[in-house]
Amino acid sequence: MTSPPIMPVILWTDALVFLLVAVIVVFAWHVRRRGHLLASWRKVVHSRSGMAAAVVLATFIAIGLMDSLHFRPRLAEDAGGLKVSYSVEMLSLFDVVATHLRTRPEKTYSAPLATHLFARETVEMADGRQARHFPRLMYGGAHLANPEAEWKWDVTKRALAGVAGAILLWGALVLMATFWLSKRGHRGVAEYWRLIWKGGSVVPWREILVTTGVLLLVLVPILLLSAKYHVLGTDKVGQDVFYQALKSIRTGLVIGTLTTMVMLPFALLLGIMAGYLRGWVDDVIQYVYTTLNSIPGILLIAASVLMLQVLMDKHAELFETVQQRADAKLLVLCLILGVTSWTGLCRLLRGESLKLREMEYIQAAQAFGVSGFRIITRHMLPNVMHIVLIAVVMDFSGLVLAEAVLSYVGVGVDPTMISFGTMINSARLEMAREPMVWWSLTAAFVFMLMLVLSANLFADAVRDAFDPRIGARPAAPAIISKHLPAAKNS
Amino acid sequence: MINYLIRRVLYAIPILVGVNVITFALFFFVNTPDDMARMQLGQKRVTEESVRKWKEERGYDRPLFVNLSREGVGKITDTIFFTKSVKMFAFDFGRAEADGRDIGHEIRSRMWASLAIALPVFLVGMLTYITLALLMAFFRASYVDFAGVVLCVIAMSVSGLFYIIGGQFLISKLWNLVPISGYGEGLNTWKFLVLPVVIGIIAGVGASARWYRTIFLEEINRDYVRTARAKGLSEVRVLFKHVLHNAMIPILTGAVVAIPLLFLGSLITESFFAIPGLGSYTIDAINNQDFSVVRAMVFLGSVLYIIGLILTDVSYTIADPRVRLQ
Repeated sequence: MTSPPIMPVILWTDALVFLLVAVIVVFAWHVRRRGHLLASWRKVVHSRSGMAAAVVLATFIAIGLMDSLHFRPRLAEDAGGLKVSYSVEMLSLFDVVATHLRTRPEKTYSAPLATHLFARETVEMADGRQARHFPRLMYGGAHLANPEAEWKWDVTKRALAGVAGAILLWGALVLMATFWLSKRGHRGVAEYWRLIWKGGSVVPWREILVTTGVLLLVLVPILLLSAKYHVLGTDKVGQDVFYQALKSIRTGLVIGTLTTMVMLPFALLLGIMAGYLRGWVDDVIQYVYTTLNSIPGILLIAASVLMLQVLMDKHAELFETVQQRADAKLLVLCLILGVTSWTGLCRLLRGESLKLREMEYIQAAQAFGVSGFRIITRHMLPNVMHIVLIAVVMDFSGLVLAEAVLSYVGVGVDPTMISFGTMINSARLEMAREPMVWWSLTAAFVFMLMLVLSANLFADAVRDAFDPRIGARPAAPAIISKHLPAAKNS
Repeated sequence: MINYLIRRVLYAIPILVGVNVITFALFFFVNTPDDMARMQLGQKRVTEESVRKWKEERGYDRPLFVNLSREGVGKITDTIFFTKSVKMFAFDFGRAEADGRDIGHEIRSRMWASLAIALPVFLVGMLTYITLALLMAFFRASYVDFAGVVLCVIAMSVSGLFYIIGGQFLISKLWNLVPISGYGEGLNTWKFLVLPVVIGIIAGVGASARWYRTIFLEEINRDYVRTARAKGLSEVRVLFKHVLHNAMIPILTGAVVAIPLLFLGSLITESFFAIPGLGSYTIDAINNQDFSVVRAMVFLGSVLYIIGLILTDVSYTIADPRVRLQ
């Protein structure tokens, strides 16, 4: 009997991430069958900036999900094959895809696309004299025999090939999308083509396709170049910065989503109970959240994280590998952030529930003798869901930003875990170097900006669609009615 | 109003007790006073005797919450929690565990550095954000407004850390205009203050200006604005006189709470710019696990927050005469 080549490992955050995915799928299925919810989501889908942001966000989420499938590869078996041991190091599906980024460490700093190290080193020459020069990189541009002469041409060639590939890929994608859409919309391909590029389709396909095109134009050349170079350079220990930036995405996504997920039950239950039951329940809940709120947030987080640190040091045997330990810390950080940030949502929900309990349909339910629990779950909960949804999407970007700050103060994620915060933290000192090492910081900046910006834009689209106060705007651009009287299906 | 204020102040007491319970529980959940003593005395060669002495000197030789060896009220009063908390309510914070300095004195002397940064950031910031938001509201639904909103969303998507790092790099390192960090005495102080203040304002521009714009736009569709325009008032006058005045309540809700907390400074700004304020004091205390200082800062923060809430309510009565506190 042969043992499997890998041993799957499900980290705590992995399990929760996939639980979240399952919840979203169930929710989507639920929405499909309910007209009023579907109408609001249609508004999100019709938002131009929202859908462009969704394309970028989907790319990030895909990378994050790939990075959430962990396993431990099998080590080489000993002679009899009796004892199978698995590596202590845990890999994710993403690590396998990015093997060439992960397994080619240089000695130390090297600039983006460089062929030589960033710092001079003293090397002994063949005749015994010592000379100081920039040594060649072990992997970056190692295929070039004469880097000074060939480097420029090689980089240009690869970049151009990437651009050409991106254009081809994108063209194929656009054609496929147009054919598929025109078939679904029962109209001619040419007609639909014009419709898309005039911005007349109900779903903003033009914006979606253009965003995809820009993404491909940036990503494909980078991927081609990364086969032979370190596109974003390497850091102090020679680790590829591009790889680090990609790995940071998962940490950011986990913090942004799981935090709200762990705080939601508290906020929902307590908020609705306070608003619906009133009386002493309301007093107690208000007391709890005012107390929690009045402690400066960062101090509460710092104290909790320090406490956790001591606890983990005392029970080091609980964690098999370093990564499991780091993961547990990430999860608890989410919990702590959740505990400190549920108060705002709780207060909103309390206010809304106070309003709802005076509504006729709630009073009718009470008159019919429906139990309090049933009124809360059946009648209150669905009617505060829009507040919850808006809060969840609006909180996401703030949490991603908070992670960076917390890691800087030293109460964030585990130092061994790659995140935007740890990247910035270690790159901070490099700014003082002469000449300056700028690429780590720039990479963290660009990736973080893209993630947070697309999350913000998407959140705005969701808020615009679900906030009842913003109802006056037309759902779809007026141009539709001009071009297409009956554009309902697309 | 006096009755209302008295009630609010009395209501603050259970909240502050709760805050103290939480801080104590967090600290002593895993750390025993013995651990704390060992940590502060240094790991090496700590005898039972020295630990006992350390605890006795600082009053940690009692049980935490309940003292079973005492009778009656003593069960509660002769505990670490009670003795430490009662002093806190008299704003007697005791001495820091690490260096034995008087915390109250330290807070009083460091407060001004924090305030020197936080107050200008707050005041100039509010003015800037409100002006920008009014401008966007004035040019609403035009390209100026659109560009403003886009810039705001981009600005709020950048981590505050990058504003500080970028600002330090550009202004101090590249252009050599002001010192990169530090704090001076007397008239030279302004040189050190300019950069953190400017960065503090810029870092908040995106979120705040957009938020105020939303508030103004909500007001701008009201009937009284239409009436004001119908009277023939100029748009500028409508905005500054009528809309701004009526938008004061939502603006005050967010802003007034923050005023008392300005004393505490900003943790990040102060540590980046090496400013000897309360923010860097707190960060150091967190890193040294100095329980006395952290406890004092948490308590102070809560007191200031509650003062901020009360001030907010009072400010409503000034902004809107219809509001009465009862």
